[in-house]
Amino acid sequence: MEPLNALVSLANFMLIPAFAYGSQLALGALGITLIYSILRFAHFAHGDTMALGTAAVIGGTFFLQARGISIDPLPTAILALPFGIVVMAGYLLAADRLVYRYYRKVKAKPMIFVMASLGVMFVTNGITRLFMGVGETRFEDGQRFIFTVRDFREATGLAEGLALRNAQALTIVTALIVMVVLFWFLNRTRSGKSMRAYSDNEDLALLSGINPERVVMITWVITAILLVLAGTLYGLDKGFRPFNYFQLLLPMFAAAILGGLGSPIGAIVGAYVVAFAEMGITYAWRRVFTYLMPEGLEPESMMQLLPVDYKFAVTFAILVIVLLFRPTGIFKGKVL
Amino acid sequence: MTQPFLIGDGMTGGYGGADILHNCTIAVEKGEIAVIVGPNGAGKSTAMKAVFGMLKLREGSVRLQGEDITTLSPQARVSKGMGFVPQTSNIFPSMTVEENLEMGAFIRRDEIRTTMEQVYELFPILRDKRRQAAGELSGGQRQQVAVGRALMTKPSVLMLDEPTAGVSPIVMDELFDRIIEIARSGISILMVEQNARQALNIADKGYVLVQGENRYTDTGQALLADPEVRKSFLGG
Repeated sequence: MEPLNALVSLANFMLIPAFAYGSQLALGALGITLIYSILRFAHFAHGDTMALGTAAVIGGTFFLQARGISIDPLPTAILALPFGIVVMAGYLLAADRLVYRYYRKVKAKPMIFVMASLGVMFVTNGITRLFMGVGETRFEDGQRFIFTVRDFREATGLAEGLALRNAQALTIVTALIVMVVLFWFLNRTRSGKSMRAYSDNEDLALLSGINPERVVMITWVITAILLVLAGTLYGLDKGFRPFNYFQLLLPMFAAAILGGLGSPIGAIVGAYVVAFAEMGITYAWRRVFTYLMPEGLEPESMMQLLPVDYKFAVTFAILVIVLLFRPTGIFKGKVL
Repeated sequence: MTQPFLIGDGMTGGYGGADILHNCTIAVEKGEIAVIVGPNGAGKSTAMKAVFGMLKLREGSVRLQGEDITTLSPQARVSKGMGFVPQTSNIFPSMTVEENLEMGAFIRRDEIRTTMEQVYELFPILRDKRRQAAGELSGGQRQQVAVGRALMTKPSVLMLDEPTAGVSPIVMDELFDRIIEIARSGISILMVEQNARQALNIADKGYVLVQGENRYTDTGQALLADPEVRKSFLGG
């Protein structure tokens, strides 16, 4: 039995990737939960606007690379983030002005908003493909690894290796910083509190002199920041492909609903649960168990519950189970 | 004749369809308590909402300290010194008591600490619960949060829509005592009440509305003593 090797193997192939993936989902799910609590609809364009924001960052990255500007060992994309955020905020505010504001004015039902966001999704999707095509774009540069499998083996003398990629570490650190700043903003600042008040009781917020259009605007800008960060980190980690971003819609919604719609802390917890469930159920546990089981009892099969192609089925199952048995989610959010 | 502090004068109107108010007049003097009572569906709450600008008047006007505010939005009336406590959904349930008070003072840019202290002195229980989510409090305490929130703008007139709805008789007496205290500090009170007898007891002025019209208007004590009013509206 070699529990240490088992743990290292698990960390390398499952824990670290899932933690990074969960952090990316968390940033996206936070946006969904914010939009749901302020604008009161499920934002279906979330995945595709994320792709467009990332496309803007990639454009900025290529522009900087062409001029030989870099911040090695960090990826150049970090420098292009502000540009992407400005483009995304502009795009979301324009979408709000052109589409959603009208439905707010006529006090449309939430379902109409959802359908409108579906329309925005198709348009956004088209714009992204116009610029980026449908193939994969890689834009990660700078140092690739913080430490490689070989570094780790040489340092520890273990049979199993552990690598930490730059993009993974960057994702986890960024996500933690963003979450802390977001909670500080929502709980400590005047604007953040006015957002919570508006989410709690719209009429009373109006009576208290809170300007709803301002609250809506702040919400879109925060969403833009979250989306561009989530999309860029995901792209650095796994490469950029518009269709993959559209598919992220499901795990992001599952995370937000599992945590409790409208609850930011719920969105974060939900995102990690979804990420670990997806990775854990599609992970081949054979290696880990080979180290853990006594000699002669090593498993013969892959010990994989589902093939990796089915990872969205896992998320979908989580979503269905939550909606059936606990529609308010872990942290008592609103019911969709 | 001098102008009352706040008056909704000859108000006629409704929520778009048929008129609910017919030439209805409600007024309150500085530092006094005016109470609107009447049977169910008499338009009591509607009359108060009309004074606060939440429905369009076809005829009549609303004047605050002699100034015509008929066309102002409710938000603009808050800036003019009117505070309003709705009957239901009158707090921010997931926010703490203190945050509720802060949101009440949202339009103010000056220091709100002293006003908050005054609210805590008026409702000491809120000081103990100030870090607790307002939605977790009891009915009576939530009403205190709601009144406290409205007081945070330092209004000159406070409008209460059935402040004692759904609270126990003991809590009701307690709330009425606090309301008297608020009026003594110079804030006019305009209030709609189901508990007509107790409300008229503390009222300087009482309005009995029936089908959107003024039926009886007198001092609270005179209305309580009036055999007609007693027979029809106070249960003998």
